[in-house]
Amino acid sequence: MVKAIEATGIAVVHICTIVPISQTVGANRIVPAVAIPHPLGDPTKSHEEEKMIRRAILEKALEALKTPITEQTVFN
Amino acid sequence: MTYRIVHYINQFFAGIGGEEKAGTGPESKDGAIGPGMAFKAAFGSEAEIVGTVICGDGYFAENMDGASEKILKMISDFSPDAVIAGPAFNAGRYGTACGAVSEAVSKKLGIPVVTGMYPENPGVDMYRKGIYIVETSDSARGIKDAVPAMAKLIMKLLRAEPVGSPADEGYIERGVRVNCFQDKIGAERAVDMLVKKLKGEEFRTEYPMPVFDRVAPAEPIKDMKNAVIALVTSGGIVPKGNPDHIEASSATKYGTYSIAGVQSADEVAYATAHGGYDPTYANTDPNRVLPIDVLREMEKNGEFKKLYDYFFTTVGNGTPVANAKKFGTEIGARLKKDGVDAVILTST
Repeated sequence: MVKAIEATGIAVVHICTIVPISQTVGANRIVPAVAIPHPLGDPTKSHEEEKMIRRAILEKALEALKTPITEQTVFN
Repeated sequence: MTYRIVHYINQFFAGIGGEEKAGTGPESKDGAIGPGMAFKAAFGSEAEIVGTVICGDGYFAENMDGASEKILKMISDFSPDAVIAGPAFNAGRYGTACGAVSEAVSKKLGIPVVTGMYPENPGVDMYRKGIYIVETSDSARGIKDAVPAMAKLIMKLLRAEPVGSPADEGYIERGVRVNCFQDKIGAERAVDMLVKKLKGEEFRTEYPMPVFDRVAPAEPIKDMKNAVIALVTSGGIVPKGNPDHIEASSATKYGTYSIAGVQSADEVAYATAHGGYDPTYANTDPNRVLPIDVLREMEKNGEFKKLYDYFFTTVGNGTPVANAKKFGTEIGARLKKDGVDAVILTST
């Protein structure tokens, strides 16, 4: 899906837990997530802390979308 | 006994003509024609090409169902023991025709069939799972290698001899796993392979990974403050009750749902339909997969201009690549039309 959307020329950032799969499939902008069942959260933390984690990942995603790249890039 | 074989070829190899004759409909001739002469030589006295069925590539492509039926009838009229089709090399329509005819022969006549194509021929992806396609070069110059390989394989099938691995027999992988005994256990074989890899020597994997095509990275967003961003997920978050019945695995569809005015993907209105991970955490707070709450805050802060009014969702769990590609193409076209600048796609 990432690639087919990006093929229209729209930049896509893939937030995903298993980065190697995303790389194999061919996403270009990749931001690692927390865990498979809760990629943008952490149930062991308080609600506010979770939102901070979520915000940090999404800010990284926006950064990735602003960054010119020529090849697959993981934004750690 | 001499096996009876029917050969399927296109108008070009039958000597009828090139592109200008591609509209030629199906016809049937006795004996071998064109590349059939090479097969005849390869078979010797063991098998005989009793007939050749010909169809123009353009005619076949435009009348696939009808043409297949007519061709199948012509083939079965020869009462063959087996069929060979092509080889089609890298000719797309010819490859598709060879694949379709071979599949129909295999399914409806239940006799052995072998065709030959270049691995990038579109007919390969369409038909390799159901039939034996011998790997050939990309042009007719490869005929002298293709014919013996195809002839050998069809004879094995006719004699009901065991067929070896794709690499040993020269056919394209069908995605079939066959149990077999090895001298060494898996751990030893894996270490052997690793050592060869480290030494830079050639090794043959026992589990080839699928090859994915690549898309060039899109231009970055220059002015994020004025950007419209859309949210897409393969994590299966849907409005509670899963109104479009998106499947828990091997999804055949995606959902498009309005989030205009929605401030948070809360647990009252949303849940996951995904059958491939423990849904507890996503169902307790769907924002963990579909982060609407924080995106709204960022939108309000002016970090980007607007969160697109709809989100797209499917279940990424054993989803066939073809389906995922189709979803992405449709979603991309819609986002493009609506002037969306960038996409955040979350996966579990």
